[in-house]
Amino acid sequence: MTGHLTALRAIILREALRFVHQRERFVAALVRPLVWLLVFAAGFRAALGVSIIPPYQTYITYETYIVPGLCGMIMLFNGMQSSLSLVYDRETGSMKLLLTSPLPRWWLLFSKLVGSTAISILQVYAFLAIAGAFGITPPWKGYLTLFPALVVVGLMLGALGLVLSSFIKQLENFAGVMNFVIFPMFFLSSALYPLWKMAESSELLYTICALNPFTHAVELLRFALYGQFNAAALGWTLLATVVFTCGAIYGYDPARGLKGRKG
Amino acid sequence: MSGLSVSGLSYAYGGNQALEDVSFSVAPGHFCALLGPNGAGKSTLFALLTRLLTSRHGRIEIAGHDLSRHPRRALARLGIVFQQTTLDLDLTVRQNLTYFAALHGIAGRDARRRVDAALDRLDMLPRAGEKARHLNGGHKRRTEIARALLHDPQVLLLDEPTVGLDAAARHAITGHVHDLAADGISVLWATHLTDEIRPEDQLVVLHRSRVLAVGTAGDIAAGQGMAERFLAMTGDGGTNGTALQRAGGSVA
Repeated sequence: MTGHLTALRAIILREALRFVHQRERFVAALVRPLVWLLVFAAGFRAALGVSIIPPYQTYITYETYIVPGLCGMIMLFNGMQSSLSLVYDRETGSMKLLLTSPLPRWWLLFSKLVGSTAISILQVYAFLAIAGAFGITPPWKGYLTLFPALVVVGLMLGALGLVLSSFIKQLENFAGVMNFVIFPMFFLSSALYPLWKMAESSELLYTICALNPFTHAVELLRFALYGQFNAAALGWTLLATVVFTCGAIYGYDPARGLKGRKG
Repeated sequence: MSGLSVSGLSYAYGGNQALEDVSFSVAPGHFCALLGPNGAGKSTLFALLTRLLTSRHGRIEIAGHDLSRHPRRALARLGIVFQQTTLDLDLTVRQNLTYFAALHGIAGRDARRRVDAALDRLDMLPRAGEKARHLNGGHKRRTEIARALLHDPQVLLLDEPTVGLDAAARHAITGHVHDLAADGISVLWATHLTDEIRPEDQLVVLHRSRVLAVGTAGDIAAGQGMAERFLAMTGDGGTNGTALQRAGGSVA
């Protein structure tokens, strides 16, 4: 077991080092949600009123509503970023190094997942600190209760990233992931608007949003940020995590093969 | 047996047969060159030997451990140098080796001792603090070979390790790895460059998914230059192979 933990620590450290070496990535990861929070939300506030819905106990501003969604957005982009780096690792060959280690493959993939989740969580708290500086603050204990929810959501989106990385054959195909995974997941969720608003405009879109695991991830974060527990959201998020993890284990099964197709 | 043993190994990508009934073995202390033109199946064979691919047809044993039944035990005894550089260019030589040691569950003082010993063996200790990005091609390769030796493997696989290197670096690395074989490791060295093979080396010639010849390089060359012999064997579709295969036998 010591060997397992040694590898886990080394993989997390490597992810952290890689992140430190890519300062632009950190800045981009923060700027994206801040633009939403400080620019888009200001514009949308007038158009979208948010009534009292759980977990909120009063009328809230639109900025307050989208903060959990933007935390989810950070994690979604980060999950995809780590997926991108896995595809890159595979193209450059360093993935082979990981996969030929004598430790169990699932453990190595899990270590990768923990590493990318840890980085996501750091980014979310950095974002919340800046949002706090602009006066958007949840109850203080929300910062603590948010943590376990971030772990679960980070693992789910990291596992999704792993699945995608095992099926994407080339780096160039990654633009497709942006168009067909990240944007639909984000916009067809409760990150930017409550689902009842969506139901008013289209029943079909509402159903899609309700089935989207990212919606449940955002709701889990939203409730946790206000010190409340949303069992249904947790259940759906965990279920999605299990499904994605199974997909990743299948995707990285050596019987399917991960190498380039050449003799 | 210890060392490396491959028997009856076949693999197909969908309908394309990439390897067909490949068998050979490399005993401890032997340097075995795997010679084949591009597309012969060398990369597929390496992917199977390193378990990046698995096949239901055939058997691979590394240091006596069946790779499909006991993959972890087998991989723990295998050192690998891939064709592409797999160093993290932003890390130093020492950090690269320490990371790899951790992937094998080796940490702390033991890892430091092994890293120093492996770098020293390849004359890379003075460059331990340099970033991999700043190394020349030959030094990158030596770093990778040092890394592959960290966990004291009994079998060392190298997939065209001299690609892109100048003549001096090629000569030095070929010499280093021959020395490693002399120290008792089973070495399988894939190449398509005949000048890297010494007459006393063991040789497996792979052509069009099949083993064309197995034996000592000098015997297979049969008095001709290695390059001419290799071209003659692979240039006409490999029909010369039958007699050679009989002449060779196992690389043990």
